[in-house]
Amino acid sequence: MTTTATGAAAYAPDRGETGLQEQRARAAFWFLAPMLLMLFFVAAWPLLRSIWFSFTDTTLNNLYGGEWAGFQNYLTWRELPSGRIRWGGTLADPAWWNAVYNTVRFAVISVGLETLFGLLIALMLNAEFKGRGIVRAAILIPWAIPTIVSARMWGWMLNDQFGIINHMLLSVGLIDSPIAWTARADTAMIAVIVVDVWKTTPFMALLILAGLQMIPRDMYESARIDGIHPVRVFFRVTLPLLKPAIMVAVIFRLLDALRIFDLIYVLTPNSSATKTMSIVARENMIDFNRFAYGSAQSTLLFAIIFLFVTLYIWLGRVDLTGEGRR
Amino acid sequence: MLHITKAAALRSSALAAAVAVVGSAAAAQGVTITYVSGAVGAAVENFDRLVAPWEERTGNDVVLVPMPASTTDQFGQYRLWLAAQNGDIDLYQTDVIWAPQLAEHFVDLTEAAAGIVDQHFPSIVESQTVNGRLVALPIFTDAPALYYRTDLLEKHGAEVPTTWAELTETAQRIQDAERAEGNSEIWGFVWQGNAYEGLTCNALEWIKSFGGGQIVEPDGTISVNNPQAVEALELAASWVGTISPEGVLAYQEEEARGVWQTGNAVFMRNWPYAYLLGNGEDSAVRGLFDVAPLPVGEGEGATSAATLGGWNVAVSRYGRNQEVALDLALYLASEEAQKQRAINEGNLPTIMSLYEDPEVLEANPYFERWQEVFLNAVPRPSAPTQNAYNQVSSLFWSAVHDVLSGNQSAADALEVLEADLEDLKGDGWQ
Amino acid sequence: MTARAIFWNTMFYIAVAIVVVVAVFPFYYAVLTSFKTGTAIFRVTYLPDFGNLNWGNYQSVLSGRNFPRSVANSVFIATVTVIAALLLAVTASYALSRVRFRGRGLLLMTILAVSMFPQIAVLAGLFELINFLGLYNTPWALILSYTIFTLPFTVWVLTTFMRDLPVEIEEAAIVDGASPWVIITKVFMPLLWPALVTTGLLAFIGAWNEFLFALTFTITETQRTVPVAIALLSGASQQEIPWGPIMAASVIVTVPLIVLVLVFQRKIVAGLTAGGVKG
Repeated sequence: MTTTATGAAAYAPDRGETGLQEQRARAAFWFLAPMLLMLFFVAAWPLLRSIWFSFTDTTLNNLYGGEWAGFQNYLTWRELPSGRIRWGGTLADPAWWNAVYNTVRFAVISVGLETLFGLLIALMLNAEFKGRGIVRAAILIPWAIPTIVSARMWGWMLNDQFGIINHMLLSVGLIDSPIAWTARADTAMIAVIVVDVWKTTPFMALLILAGLQMIPRDMYESARIDGIHPVRVFFRVTLPLLKPAIMVAVIFRLLDALRIFDLIYVLTPNSSATKTMSIVARENMIDFNRFAYGSAQSTLLFAIIFLFVTLYIWLGRVDLTGEGRR
Repeated sequence: MLHITKAAALRSSALAAAVAVVGSAAAAQGVTITYVSGAVGAAVENFDRLVAPWEERTGNDVVLVPMPASTTDQFGQYRLWLAAQNGDIDLYQTDVIWAPQLAEHFVDLTEAAAGIVDQHFPSIVESQTVNGRLVALPIFTDAPALYYRTDLLEKHGAEVPTTWAELTETAQRIQDAERAEGNSEIWGFVWQGNAYEGLTCNALEWIKSFGGGQIVEPDGTISVNNPQAVEALELAASWVGTISPEGVLAYQEEEARGVWQTGNAVFMRNWPYAYLLGNGEDSAVRGLFDVAPLPVGEGEGATSAATLGGWNVAVSRYGRNQEVALDLALYLASEEAQKQRAINEGNLPTIMSLYEDPEVLEANPYFERWQEVFLNAVPRPSAPTQNAYNQVSSLFWSAVHDVLSGNQSAADALEVLEADLEDLKGDGWQ
Repeated sequence: MTARAIFWNTMFYIAVAIVVVVAVFPFYYAVLTSFKTGTAIFRVTYLPDFGNLNWGNYQSVLSGRNFPRSVANSVFIATVTVIAALLLAVTASYALSRVRFRGRGLLLMTILAVSMFPQIAVLAGLFELINFLGLYNTPWALILSYTIFTLPFTVWVLTTFMRDLPVEIEEAAIVDGASPWVIITKVFMPLLWPALVTTGLLAFIGAWNEFLFALTFTITETQRTVPVAIALLSGASQQEIPWGPIMAASVIVTVPLIVLVLVFQRKIVAGLTAGGVKG
């Protein structure tokens, strides 16, 4: 053991320590193996099977009898006797593109609003004031409520005949007749977004708050002494320093929003104005007896999310692993 | 597709023979049969009462797995469970439209039911026969009615409407008058406008009653895009926000019944089950309503149209106690059970003789008139469209829902729908 | 204080009040509704009527059908899922945080990527796997499938946590020639408890709330978890949708979670920040 082997011992192979290092690496392999095996079985293998199904004509009733069908579930075309070309497959399916549009619209709007409100609430919680603990506890409540339960609660509050939202709006005079929030095509998406923003803003606020608290106080102090306006301080100092925290929070939320299923399944089932990619894929797989077609859609969803993340990390230079911190 | 193996065929016919020979005595084994069914109204309590005699007689237990009332939601789950070949469910209560799509998972009941099928209406038995196999036994049939408030009609001097135009006019007039008197919660007409199978039923009735065909004709032709259908949908769209609450676009049967039964609607389109519930002890409309056939449309071929509904019981091929399950299925389809169902739940029997039964008629005086209604009821195009039916129905209800919510004109929606259906059909339904 | 400061102070507290009311109101209203039965449900009220609390909905939910069974299922499934995930994650995180080997960054990213899988993308394959193993309609089907999001998450958070522990604590043990296994159990475990509680709690909440897998892989009422039971709750009432019992059931399953979250507030915030994952 050399005297220099203090901090480096655990991390870097030092000359003369290769034996120990090898032993550690071997142990590391055996420590990782069970987890990797498990992830292979519950994640990699099912994903590969789903992708495989998407290239076959498998049906739900005959999982093992599917035959290779190439890209038929994705895109196919055929010339009709009249010479007209008829396109088929998911990529030519308006229902799919409608779902893509709904999903992206939902993800962008809800995550945008959540970030904005989350930032405001985080700034509020970062200030010293009486009752801060109570406020922090209160905003954790929406986050703790299961999605299905919040969908049910809001479904009840948004009920057209007996819902309290309509009651409030009516008594304030904002509307003159009850609105069927979850039923109307033009308000169904608003209802879904409202519930999602309500439920997930706390998560955003907490993540951003953690970022805020890492900003050294003396920074504000010196800005104050220099007499810089607080708004300027916010845009020049706070926001740039917060950017990494916000970027990470946004990516996680976006991923979650892009695969949304349960909230919509319970709050606005079957409404084509809110059908998302997950909903449509499940519908095809199960309700419509187009298992392979639905698999193709879920594969596309996976591909879209994958692309999205890669782009985001690359463009935003987001450091997700935290390796860069040391 | 699964093919019925010879062994399985042998097994099921041997089983049928065994049941036929030994009758229900063979079932005295003390086993638990699991029965899955959508639950509306008081279905859970009523089901316990319904199977009690059978449980007592055979010494077996029946467990009900209640599902949401929406047939669309049920179907997806059932398809999944059957595809998993899961043995935890012995009997499935199946919608009249499911037979072609789920046939391969159910035991052929032809032989087991040989002695009793003659008691049932032949058309209903036929709807549950797929490629010569009887896949489910009918336990009740359904044809919707126009529920109307006798007291309100009398008060405002109105006749029971026979055409949709009359209904629209009467509903509006009574609604306005009642509201003017301070009854602010009242609506003219409630029905099922949620985007689900029930909207397909409602809209099929409007279109058929205007002489606009039945979406896809029995020979497989797509007929939905025609002027009469456009007219029918335009009329229905005009109800939303006038005589019907906007929320009707999210109503299924139970929501409509909720408004009706609290006394807040003049007219309601619903299935017969709402009749006895509406006359229940805590109902605000008890004794204040009656039923009539659905109104007639206008134009050539106009008629009163009711969508054929109805539920059946099917024996899962994967169940662990198929003999006992079969015995229970036969009981549920029997005259005894159907009579009890008719009296307790107001379901229409599929056994012809029950329409002359005094007790049944006492509980549901209108049944006498109803036999004709459901015998002329319009079937949904589940037979011609086969495995694609769910998609056809989903496309149809989505288009109609779009029209009702004012996003599209009826003419545009139906034109697009026709094209979508043609794409789906391809070279032919399969 | 100047008038200006008082004005801004007031505005600030008004904003605070709005945030609190919006956050709490839906739950408050669910509690309010859960104490009403019959036609009282359809009358909108803003304040509780303490003289007239009606426990009927709670009684019917807790005594009727299989709701208590669903709660038990959820507790069992979430607990086993969490224990399994923690067991697998502790050793793996040690390897990922304290041992340098080639491809570690890539492996970490891959594990993180798994937690981003859309559930629907693995649904078909999982359905086949669970069917093949004969687990359909058993709690094990859900325990197995929940691993897909609990395991990457716990590995991730524990790795971050362990990496931040000072190197010195390990050194003495290495000098003494202790094997990695001894290091984990004797040196790290005692320090890890706070992190284990946090991640365990978050994983528990995740498993407790999951819906799609639970809907797909269960059949009978006795196997349903709480979210499925609530989503499918219908029927046992004479009057349209049983809003009263639904709200009562919602309150029953939410109160323990809220209590947990409030008690472990600080730990949860720390865990969320480390994992950046929504529970």
